Amino acid sequence: MMIRPDSITALARALGLTGLVGALAASFSCALAQDLGGTLKKVREAGTIVVGHRDSSIPFSYLDDRQAPVGYSVELCLRIVEAVKDTLKMPALKVQMQAVTSSNRIPLLQNGTVDLECGSTTNSIERQRQVAFGLTTFVTNVKVVVKKSSAIQSLADLNGKPVATTSGTTSVQLLRAHEKAKGIDFREIYGKDHAESFLLLENDRAAAFVMDDILIAGLVANSRNAKDYRFLDEVLRTEPYGIMIRKDDPAFKKLVDDTLASLMRSGEVARLYARWFTSPIPPRSINLEFPMSKELAEAIRSPNDRGI
Amino acid sequence: MNWQIFLETMPEGDAAWWEMLASGLGWTLACAACAWVIALAAGTGIGIARTGASRAAARAAIIYVELFRNIPLIVQFFLWYFVLPELCAPLKRWVIEADPSVVQFLAATSCLGLFTSARIAEQVRAGIESLGRGQRQAARAMGLSEAQCYRHVLLPVTFRVIMPPLTSELMNLVKNTAVAYSIGLAELFFRTREMGEITFRYFEAFAAATLAYMVIALAANRAMRFIERRIAVPGVAGTARSAH
Repeated sequence: MMIRPDSITALARALGLTGLVGALAASFSCALAQDLGGTLKKVREAGTIVVGHRDSSIPFSYLDDRQAPVGYSVELCLRIVEAVKDTLKMPALKVQMQAVTSSNRIPLLQNGTVDLECGSTTNSIERQRQVAFGLTTFVTNVKVVVKKSSAIQSLADLNGKPVATTSGTTSVQLLRAHEKAKGIDFREIYGKDHAESFLLLENDRAAAFVMDDILIAGLVANSRNAKDYRFLDEVLRTEPYGIMIRKDDPAFKKLVDDTLASLMRSGEVARLYARWFTSPIPPRSINLEFPMSKELAEAIRSPNDRGI
Repeated sequence: MNWQIFLETMPEGDAAWWEMLASGLGWTLACAACAWVIALAAGTGIGIARTGASRAAARAAIIYVELFRNIPLIVQFFLWYFVLPELCAPLKRWVIEADPSVVQFLAATSCLGLFTSARIAEQVRAGIESLGRGQRQAARAMGLSEAQCYRHVLLPVTFRVIMPPLTSELMNLVKNTAVAYSIGLAELFFRTREMGEITFRYFEAFAAATLAYMVIALAANRAMRFIERRIAVPGVAGTARSAH
């Protein structure tokens, strides 16, 4: 809708409320534009919904041996896509899968290239300034993994030792915060991805690797000697993962949350969890043997979208 | 766009983002400068071997050039940083004990230096071959040894001839330092990515990095152009035209 400036001015002058009416008119037309610009409208007009996925976030969102995106988050997203089809009454809606990386997932969501991101994204307050998150679907603990053969028992034992982590992840900030708080001095080594960070530990170039426990479990399960590694007991931080959607889109957010909540109530989420975390998964039929944490069980009992 | 972000301090750190990027820029410049010294020295040596009297040296030089310029740069970084220490036990022991940033810096400069030297060697060879056989024969006829012939006759002209491709090699080297992010060296591109990941200000971060790389590359270009003019000898091949 176009509002001609002179008509606003004329109306305002008639009412003797120049500034107030002008501001109201402007804010009203803004709110209107946002409501109409929601994801559901975009999807209906395009006839396509674009699902963002990762290529190696095992077991959340990764490519199997036929290069098709699979995983726990991908399955949850496909249930949401079914709900979108029902809501829009478009059973023939096209579903397009688009790979994203940890660097481009937020820009691609914001600029409309993908409509929802299904990976392993931490729901952080910082990120909530840019995007919105659906209900928490997983809870991860940031932990430290070392070799069984080493004598390291706690974070304090890592003083002066090389500690690997992946550049650009929240673990980098956690390590720095921990150093400042405890007066410990790690020698940080950065891998450009999780596989390279783990390689640093595997080759003894780093004494420890700090990362989300589930990601470490995936790397360990796929490594040459899965029995060589152990976690330290300390938890640096507990982080909720969520499906990422655009900010300020209440209609779509409600659809995503309602779908996830009903999957949680019906026990479907627990079944999906068992399928991806405690059973053999493609492509190499490796079992991550990662039983559900009490934090996640709690998040499923009382669904929430709290960030950290 | 919000350019104020550069003045904000990093989470869990006392430094502002611009200081973080500036420290990255420092590593980039140091890495490029050291690699350039290696590249010029090794490249000249290999270029001479390629054109010299010894058949064996020429063949070894060909293998060297093909090895370093046929393997993708990012793979070479991986080989230098991850694979080489696994093949050499004393090196491995040193690498475990040493400061990680020192190891990354040494791996990056060796890798970039040798990669660029293979390309410079080809330019030196092309430059020498462009001079024609007469120069070499005249020098030898005057009683100069082969080494003296290179030192006093062939190389001085060759370097004047190849200044333009050397300039673009230097500019490439500066930009190639960005690949060192892949071994965790905290250079400019690494810091830019990190800033993007943490603040989500990708556009601002990459705009600043683009500007910085352009300024360095242009400065390198201007500096080389200045040298090119200063060393120009009228009447000798490769003399820069004053109109430029």
